[in-house]
Amino acid sequence: MQTVDDAAAQIEFDRRIADEQKIEPTDWMPDAYRKNLIRQMSQHAHSEVIGMQPEGNWITRAPSLRRKAVLLSKVQDEAGHGLYLYSATESLGITRSELIEALQTGVAKYASIFNYPTLTWADVGAIGWLVDGAAIVNQISLQRTSYGPYSRAMIRICKEESFHQRQGYEIMYELAHGSPEQKAMAQDAMNRNWWPALMMFGPHDSDSAHSGKSMQWKIKRQSNDYLRQKFIDQTVPQIEVLGLEMPDPEIKWNEELGQYDSGEINWEEFYQVINGSGPCNYQRLKHHKKAHQDGEWVREAVRAYSEKQQAKKEQKSA
Amino acid sequence: MSEQQAANINQEHLAVYEVFVRSNRGLDHKHVGSLHAESPEHALMYARDCYLRRSEGVSVWVVKSTDITASQEEDIANFVDPMDDKPYRHATHYVLPDNVNNM
Amino acid sequence: MNKNSENLYRFLVGLADDSVVLSHRLSEWCSNGPYLEEDIALSNIALDYIGRARMFYQYAVEIEGKGRTEDDIAYHRNEREFTNTLIHELPINDFAFTMVRQYFVDVFYCEYLQQLTQSSDSQVAAIAAKALKESRYHLKRSEPWIKQLSEGTEESKHRVQLALDELENFVGEMFLMEDWEKELVEQGIAVDREALQADWDKQVQEFLAESEMKFPDSQLQIRGGRNGIHTEHLGHMLSEMQYLQRVHPGLKW
Repeated sequence: MQTVDDAAAQIEFDRRIADEQKIEPTDWMPDAYRKNLIRQMSQHAHSEVIGMQPEGNWITRAPSLRRKAVLLSKVQDEAGHGLYLYSATESLGITRSELIEALQTGVAKYASIFNYPTLTWADVGAIGWLVDGAAIVNQISLQRTSYGPYSRAMIRICKEESFHQRQGYEIMYELAHGSPEQKAMAQDAMNRNWWPALMMFGPHDSDSAHSGKSMQWKIKRQSNDYLRQKFIDQTVPQIEVLGLEMPDPEIKWNEELGQYDSGEINWEEFYQVINGSGPCNYQRLKHHKKAHQDGEWVREAVRAYSEKQQAKKEQKSA
Repeated sequence: MSEQQAANINQEHLAVYEVFVRSNRGLDHKHVGSLHAESPEHALMYARDCYLRRSEGVSVWVVKSTDITASQEEDIANFVDPMDDKPYRHATHYVLPDNVNNM
Repeated sequence: MNKNSENLYRFLVGLADDSVVLSHRLSEWCSNGPYLEEDIALSNIALDYIGRARMFYQYAVEIEGKGRTEDDIAYHRNEREFTNTLIHELPINDFAFTMVRQYFVDVFYCEYLQQLTQSSDSQVAAIAAKALKESRYHLKRSEPWIKQLSEGTEESKHRVQLALDELENFVGEMFLMEDWEKELVEQGIAVDREALQADWDKQVQEFLAESEMKFPDSQLQIRGGRNGIHTEHLGHMLSEMQYLQRVHPGLKW
């Protein structure tokens, strides 16, 4: 039940949102706003962490020492971004272990793109270029999100992310201008990653369950379809520079709209992967759980040690 | 207690630390985020690995989150507003002739 | 190459191989760490070692003067041609093993690289100076880890002991000198490894004793790495690491 105080706080909250002011952790906020933020931010954090796996799959097979250093630092950055986002989410009064439990029990989601396999080295290029590229479009928009810690985390992440996309494109460029096998590898990886990258923007605006409220609260600043189109428009010329075939035969410049037309996403596949039946859903969560379980004795040792130290200190001062 | 719950409780024992970074000599330390660590010394090392991967700073502070005393939001009007009506503390309050107005 | 350059080349490739195989092992932790912060920290150490390997390889090919690249050396030699000491190539096993190994090499490198900064070869000295800073930081991390794990729970103590037992045989090789390396010492280029052992023993012994852990007998030594006699593990590592370069030779990536 809303009390008189809450009603006043609600007015203050609404005024701040309308004035483009940020909401900070100690501010009063509607429960639904808090829940919505936790859902979106933790999903984002989980995506960074699970996203380490598909690319991590190639760290030990990177074809040169430079590529290996670049890839490892890139995947490490994803872990760092996961950390920034967990940290921002924790400011909403939820602990990291609760968030991890939600991930491992399937209550929380992560970006479906990471449920696709990285079959060849070219997937590393395609992911950096297309997946990080799509993520950047989304994240640039989110720098203006209404929740202060989320916005600040996004600003930091965006600064770091542009290297990710550039290294991916560099890999694709090298392959596309390499041997026939390398070029075929690049084409194949782009074709496979193109549609999942478009799916990253979520369902059409008309079908998006959470979009309305998120937009109203300025958690989300631009709609799924708007951002998806933006991504397509910026990526098509990059495909041309690579000299690869378009991954979608319906891609065509539309003079009237001043944007590219493109084919329809296979939404059946989209929902299938979201609901757990993508090629790697099971594998990704299993990997995460195993690392977590294998680390349990380490965390336990850390706790036991610090308790012993604490006891020693108390004994001394007693 | 399930294994999962036990694992969670273990992890809670890693305290949360807030991280502050001085990006350049001459600037203030600025809050950049938080992390989990078992001791202040470890927190400092993790801060280096997690927040300074690109030489973003020349100095780092870590502070246990629970050691921070913060102003309370419900109270904030009483806390902040009275400072608002003292315009004579601001330079713009004083009207000077144009030719000395860059004072 | 004359004899001096040949010795220097062997020396540089040996140090590079040490770093490249250890960096490979450490990179295997990525996305497998006990928690996010430690995962990130381990990747940083791996990156330090990749950087170190590249610097040594790059200088080696410069000395060789045949126009080869760092990757030609790292990706186109087989097991018998790799010359790293064995401790660097052992699988990561569990976190305790990874950390005990790290602690052992950190203590070694802090002393070894310190002396190598005095090398009469200015490029070797410069690489050593950079690497020394890294190793000092690594030791600052690995030392408290060994302490925490040794004094944490029964399980963590047991795991540390298992790691100490397994690694015991591989410590001594770090202090072995080949004839060509002795010549380089005489020229003021390399460091006398043998002379470092007593201090290493003392430092590690005292440190482990604080936590009542059994000190390894570093006189035991399985040797052979510098002459291409490895554990079975190296072949698997190389077949993974070199796969793309071997399947598609001569291409740019």
